[in-house]
Amino acid sequence: MPAEINLMVGGEAGQGVQTIGFILAKTLSRAGLFVFADQDYESRIRGGHNFYRVRASDSEVQALTEEMDILIAIDQNTIEFHHSEIREQGVIIFDQDKVRAEGKKANLLGIPLERLSQEKTSNKLMANSVAIGAAIAVGGYEFALLEQTLKEHFAHLGKDIIDGNVKAARAGYDHARQQSPGLVRPRIKALNQATDMMLLNGNESLALGAMAAGCKFMAGYPMTPTTSIIEYMADKGRKFNIVVIQPEDEIAAINMAVGAGFAGVRAMTATSGDGFALMTEGYGLAGMTETPVVIVLGQRSGPAVGLPTRTEQGELGFAIYGGSGEFPRAVLAPCTIEDAFHTAVRAFNLAEKYQIPVVILTDEYLATSYQTVKKFDLSQVKIDRGQLISDEEASRLNGYKRHQFTESGISPRLMPMRGKALVVTDSDEHDETGHTIDDAVMRNRMMLKRLKKSDGLNSEFAKPRLYLKPDAEMTLVGWGSSFGAINEAAQMVEKEGLRVNVMQFNEIWPFPAQAVTSALSSTKRSVVIENNATGQLRRLIRAETGILASGGILKFDGRPFSPKQIATQLSKEAA
Amino acid sequence: MASLTDYGPAMEIQWCPGCGNFGILTAMRRALVALGLEPHQVLMVSGIGQAGKFPHYLHSHVFNGLHGRTLPVATAAKIANHELTVIAVGGDGDGYGEGGNHFINAMTRNVNFTYMVHNNQVYALTKGQASPTSDPGFVTKTTPEGAWAPLRPLALAVACDCSFVARSFSADIDHLANIIQLGIQHKGFAFIEVLQPCVSFNHVNTYEWYQKRVYKLEKDYDPTNRVAAFSKALEWGERIPLGVVYRNDRPVYEEQLGALRTSPLVKQGLDPQQFEELLEELTVQPLKPHR
Ligand SMILES: Cc1ncc(C[n+]2csc(CCOP(=O)(O)OP(=O)(O)O)c2C)c(N)n1
Ligand code: SF4
Ligand SMILES: [Mg+2]
Repeated sequence: MPAEINLMVGGEAGQGVQTIGFILAKTLSRAGLFVFADQDYESRIRGGHNFYRVRASDSEVQALTEEMDILIAIDQNTIEFHHSEIREQGVIIFDQDKVRAEGKKANLLGIPLERLSQEKTSNKLMANSVAIGAAIAVGGYEFALLEQTLKEHFAHLGKDIIDGNVKAARAGYDHARQQSPGLVRPRIKALNQATDMMLLNGNESLALGAMAAGCKFMAGYPMTPTTSIIEYMADKGRKFNIVVIQPEDEIAAINMAVGAGFAGVRAMTATSGDGFALMTEGYGLAGMTETPVVIVLGQRSGPAVGLPTRTEQGELGFAIYGGSGEFPRAVLAPCTIEDAFHTAVRAFNLAEKYQIPVVILTDEYLATSYQTVKKFDLSQVKIDRGQLISDEEASRLNGYKRHQFTESGISPRLMPMRGKALVVTDSDEHDETGHTIDDAVMRNRMMLKRLKKSDGLNSEFAKPRLYLKPDAEMTLVGWGSSFGAINEAAQMVEKEGLRVNVMQFNEIWPFPAQAVTSALSSTKRSVVIENNATGQLRRLIRAETGILASGGILKFDGRPFSPKQIATQLSKEAA
Repeated sequence: MASLTDYGPAMEIQWCPGCGNFGILTAMRRALVALGLEPHQVLMVSGIGQAGKFPHYLHSHVFNGLHGRTLPVATAAKIANHELTVIAVGGDGDGYGEGGNHFINAMTRNVNFTYMVHNNQVYALTKGQASPTSDPGFVTKTTPEGAWAPLRPLALAVACDCSFVARSFSADIDHLANIIQLGIQHKGFAFIEVLQPCVSFNHVNTYEWYQKRVYKLEKDYDPTNRVAAFSKALEWGERIPLGVVYRNDRPVYEEQLGALRTSPLVKQGLDPQQFEELLEELTVQPLKPHR
């Protein structure tokens, strides 16, 4: 049985909830534990109610749970909203001068957070560090772990801030151990202290994948939840000669990515649903001009502005069918934070190999969740630029047709100004040379040429991930970020005697119909689990295979699935 | 050295006989030849409209994209390969209507390329609707009561501190060829508006109409005086000025990009391993057990 500890920090926007949560996550990672963490926040800069959850375990974790061992309440609301989520033996840490917790069913650890901060550092603003110190003490960990994290976290703010926070944390740590030694828990030990673990979120992972894949140009208009991809690349990219540009709107963003792709660099953009709505014309432009481009579509609750800081999987159909006319495209949906890195690399390779737009469908949950993952092996990153004509070949070219007919539908690609041949392409229908045409025969040939590329794509597409159990009664089907929750739910229901398979899609379009048909025919029942209201994957499976899954579990309240929610519903389905 | 024939049409020209676009094509060819540019050094970017067909009618690299979306494509292509001479062309509907936001931002951003707008004061390809520059009272099927209030693109350009603002006339090929040369040679975003009679759908703003009104800016006109340029840019009606109305030498966007300092982006090698240090930054170093 894996051992774990779950912590939650809650407070208003602007009270440092995220910082506390992240420092806790990092400290526990440093203790050698596997960590998963996520924030839940409103679209406001001050006030409201935000919380951050950290789950740390001696075994790998890929989702959050609802039950908390330690709750740090920065404000009264946190206690009112979350006290029922505290486990037996759980502890609430709060500022006894500001927050009331009497009568709540938990061990109460009231500490004069601000007063201690003031006393030890002559600054009451370090109260959060006092709370962190107390939480680490209750968790049973040595102070040195936290001290190291604080030093790193505040390094850029100078010595006074670092020392102050360390002192404040030390005060909280000592206070908890001296005043309430009974609340200090046995420390969960790392089973196999993995070295080389990174703690990062989905957006960082994806941005790193894009950079490692050789992305040289990113045009992005800020929109939650992908803004931090743009910011991360803008910041880190400077050192690696990556151009990041914030254009006037998403229409410009996609057209810029296409322009850079045409000129010959690996190019991308990142947005959310509404931004992608503005991009769909450019999406088709990439398809028509056969220009490689990678589009990150970080889904959030729609329609329109929806719940801007909350999660959803509402744009599967939009990515697959969006755009005017018909053109080949690939849609990938990373299932884990680690996946986001590899999927980004894969997206750039597919985009160039097939000269198509590739959409990476993530969501707010995957984008902002943190997880400990094994450090990526950059020597394994392979860059495949497809049929890009080398300088040497280019110098020998005698005439060039950008959209030349070939067996595979893929035409050798020349960058402008490599050799003297001219590169011509057109959003109007065109002939092999790229110049505008209007005749029916050429139109048919060109459409079929472009669509032919889907065959190749389909044949190299990864099958959905299958986790098969002999004599399973049911197959759980999901796509993208819900993987961790579905997988853990499967383990939960198994303990209750329900044997289930799990099938999770990452490479989702062109649809791997054959693999899905054979996988689904192994069990009588299948349940498609999606963070949306209309069961988009379930309908897609039916459209592409003729198989109607026997059930669907849907959630569209803007919050991610927890394993327990899925398991509870599954038990009902099975009954 | 390239000659005029090297820039010969790459396909059959589909404009109406007598269209002002022919003059612009001739002037562009002359300018490119005069500058000693070879077709493979030039990328022409356009959108959709009669003007959008322009790049197909002369040999160069061509990206004929979407209606109104010329400037973002041209901007990025220039940034990706700043050794290219990039020229964007489009109509008044394309550039001032559908692509208005890109127009404003391209001017403030100041990437080094040339943008030529064929202003015929009408939507020609869609057969004669009002455009942002149609004169008040201009009656079309979509504006039966007449067009309303026109945009003054050159004034907008001066307001945006566009680094090169000029106007020419398609019937004055010498003047236009010269302005195009100046625009291409200018370091920064060069906006050239070309008055272009549409003989099929604009029977108000005809050759004669323009001919009667256009005049060349006086020899002593100072295009570096922004305030004076603004009033010059507003001039329209009885007298329409031709020439370089405004210019400045603001810094060029791509020159402040560190990434382009060593070589064009397209020529830079890709090396996944160089990102190891970013992974290190995110790695949690476990404490050495001290017990
Ligand atoms: C998104 C979009 N909207 C509308 C059109 C239809 N359309 C094509 S050209 C054009 C206007 C052309 O006017 P202008 O840009 O002035 O070019 P001209 O034909 O006058 O040279 C329009 C509205 C289109 N192709 N795409
Ligand atoms: S419709 Fe007008 S703009 Fe178009 S080709 Fe004919 S004359 Fe020229
Ligand atoms: Mg027009």
